[in-house]
Amino acid sequence: MKDVTLRMAWRNLWRHWRRTWLTVGAMIFSNGLLIFAMSLQFGSYDMMIDNSLQAYSGHLQLQHPRYLDEPKMRYALDDVTELAERLRRELDLDSISARADGFALASSNERSYGLQIIGVDPAHEPLVSTLPGLVKQGRYLEPGMPGEIVIGAVLARNLKVGLGDELTFIGSGFDDSFAAGIVTVVGIFESGIADLDRALAQVDLAYFQDVFAMQGRGHSLTVRAQHVDDVESLQWQIGELLDTDKSLSLRHWDELQPGLRQSIQADMASNSFMYIVLIVLVAFSVLNTQLMSVLERTREFGTMMALGLQPARLSRLVMLETGLMTALGLVLGIGVGLVINLYMARVGFSYPGMDEVALKFNLPERIYPSFTILSMTLGPAAVAIGSLLAALYPALRLYLLTPIDAMRAV
Amino acid sequence: MSAIRCRQLCKTFKQGDEIITGLDHIDLDIETGEFVCLSGPSGSGKTTLLNAIGGLDTPDSGEIHMGDIRVDKLERGPLADMRLHHIGFVFQAYNLIPVLSAQENVEFVMEVQGVPVAERARKALDILKEVGLEGMEDRRPAQLSGGQQQRVAVARAIVSHPDLVLADEPTANLDSVSAAHLMGLFQELNENHRITFIISTHDKRVMSYAKRLIKMRDGKIIGDEAQ
Repeated sequence: MKDVTLRMAWRNLWRHWRRTWLTVGAMIFSNGLLIFAMSLQFGSYDMMIDNSLQAYSGHLQLQHPRYLDEPKMRYALDDVTELAERLRRELDLDSISARADGFALASSNERSYGLQIIGVDPAHEPLVSTLPGLVKQGRYLEPGMPGEIVIGAVLARNLKVGLGDELTFIGSGFDDSFAAGIVTVVGIFESGIADLDRALAQVDLAYFQDVFAMQGRGHSLTVRAQHVDDVESLQWQIGELLDTDKSLSLRHWDELQPGLRQSIQADMASNSFMYIVLIVLVAFSVLNTQLMSVLERTREFGTMMALGLQPARLSRLVMLETGLMTALGLVLGIGVGLVINLYMARVGFSYPGMDEVALKFNLPERIYPSFTILSMTLGPAAVAIGSLLAALYPALRLYLLTPIDAMRAV
Repeated sequence: MSAIRCRQLCKTFKQGDEIITGLDHIDLDIETGEFVCLSGPSGSGKTTLLNAIGGLDTPDSGEIHMGDIRVDKLERGPLADMRLHHIGFVFQAYNLIPVLSAQENVEFVMEVQGVPVAERARKALDILKEVGLEGMEDRRPAQLSGGQQQRVAVARAIVSHPDLVLADEPTANLDSVSAAHLMGLFQELNENHRITFIISTHDKRVMSYAKRLIKMRDGKIIGDEAQ
C-alpha cells in the first residue's frame, strides 16, 4: 500500500480489534443470512411458480388473441394438433400439449353438475401438467381411448360416481350445435386446488373435437419450459417462429395467472420488512463502532486538522475506514452465504411435515436455493449501503469540528 | 511570506459565568527568520497567541497578517491550506499518529500536499536522518522515547520547508538532555533553512536559545527584547 491514508485507515480498524471484529461479524452474519434467505426465498418462488403452473396452465400458452379476455368457444386455433407437433419439432421440446376447453352439464345417475371439460392430448399432457400424476384412483387418459374421462375428487363425490361409472354431458359446440357425449370415469384426481378438484374434467382431445364440432381446432397450446428461468428465452424463440401469424397470441404465465405474481410480490414485501430490520441493526452496529472510534480519536483528528487536513478529508478517512470494514464483511459474508447455498443446493431444505404435503400434492420434497446474481448480491449490497450511510453521522461530526475544539477534547 | 503582524488582537474565553482574557490588544511584528520565544506563566496567553497566529483559533477582534495573507479573515478551507503549506506545528504532547511509523508520520503531510510517492519517501528519510533518527524510520510512536517522538514531530513540521514553525511547550515532556538536543536542532534549522520559529515556553533553558524573548502576562505583552 503506497497510500499512507489507506494504511492509516486499515490500521485504525485494528486499534480495537475486538470491536471491529464484532461489527464485521455482524456484517458477515447478516450478509450470509440474507444471501441464504433470499436464495431460498427465490428458490421457493421458483418452486411455487413451477408447481402452480405445472398443475394446469403451464409457463406459456398460445391462444387466440381474444381468448384470454373472453374465453369463448369460438376463439379457437386451427389445426391445433399439427401446430403442437410443428413446435415440438422446431423447438426440440416435447413438453408442448394441445388443449380444447368447453363447459358442459354432467350428469350421473343421481346428480348433475356444471363442469369445465378439457380435451387433452394424453401422450403429451403429462409433460406439461402435474395433474395426470395426481390421479389417486384409477388411471389417467390413454392415447387412442376415446370415451374416457378423468374428474376431480370433489366432483366425483358431488356426482356420486366412482371408477367405471358413466357420465353423460351436454354442452354447446363450436358451431353452436348441441354437443353431448357419454364417457366412462377412468380416473379421479386430487390436486389439492379446490377449483380444479370441484369442476375440472379431462377427456381425449380428438374425442372432444369430435363431440364439440371443433374440426381440428383447439383453444390453447400449453408449453412447459425446462426451468422457470428458461421461460423468457423460450417465449422469444416461439415468438420468432410464429412472428407473422397474427391469429396467435403467446401468453406468459403472469398473464395466465396474475394472482401468482401478486402473491409472490406480497410475500417479498413482508420478507423485505424483516430484511430491513436486520440491515438497520447492522447499520446501528456500524454507527456505534465508528462514532466511538471518532470520539476516542478527536484529539488525533485535531492534530491532523492543525497539520492542514481539510475537514472533508477527515470525513473521507472515516468513510474509508467504514468502506474497508464493509468490504471485509461483504467478502467474508458472501463467502459464508455461498458455502451455505452450495451445501443447501446439494441437500435441499425441508421442514417437518413437508414430505407428507409433497407426497399428497405431487410436489418436490425439498426446496433448493436459487443461485442468481440478485440473490447473491442484493442483501450484501443493502448491508454495505446501510453501513456507509450509518458512517455519515460520525463523518459529519468530524466535518463540523474545529481544530482547537478537537485538540482540547479529552 | 512569513513576516507576522498582529494588530490589536483580542480573545476572551468563557469559563462558567466568568470571562477570561486570553489576548488583550496584542500588537506584534515578527520578521522572517526570527527565533522567538514567548514566555510567561500558565494562562498568560502564549498558547492562545500561537493558536491565533497558526489559524487554529479565531480572535474576537484585531488583525493577523502573515505576509500578504489576512489570517483572521480566512475561511476554514483556505486556512487549512495555509497551515498545510506554510506552517509547521510542534506540540507539547508530540501528537504523532499512533498507527503510523516514524517515516509514515512524516510522509503523511506530504501525501496531503500531493507530493509524489518516491519524492516524499526520499524527503522523509532525509529529514529523519537530519533529526538523528536514522534506522528508526519503521518504528511506531509507542516504540520511541519522548525525545525521539518529538524529533519525529519536528521532522513532520519542517519536512515541507514551512515559512513558520509554531512550537507550543515543545520541551515540557522531555528530559534536559533531550530538550537541549531539540533546541539545538531548532537553532540549526533556523540558521540553515531560515525558518521562522515561535516557541512558547516557561523553561529558562529554552529561553536561552531565543534571539528574541517576548514576555506575556494576563494576555498582554509585558516585555519584548532581543538577546
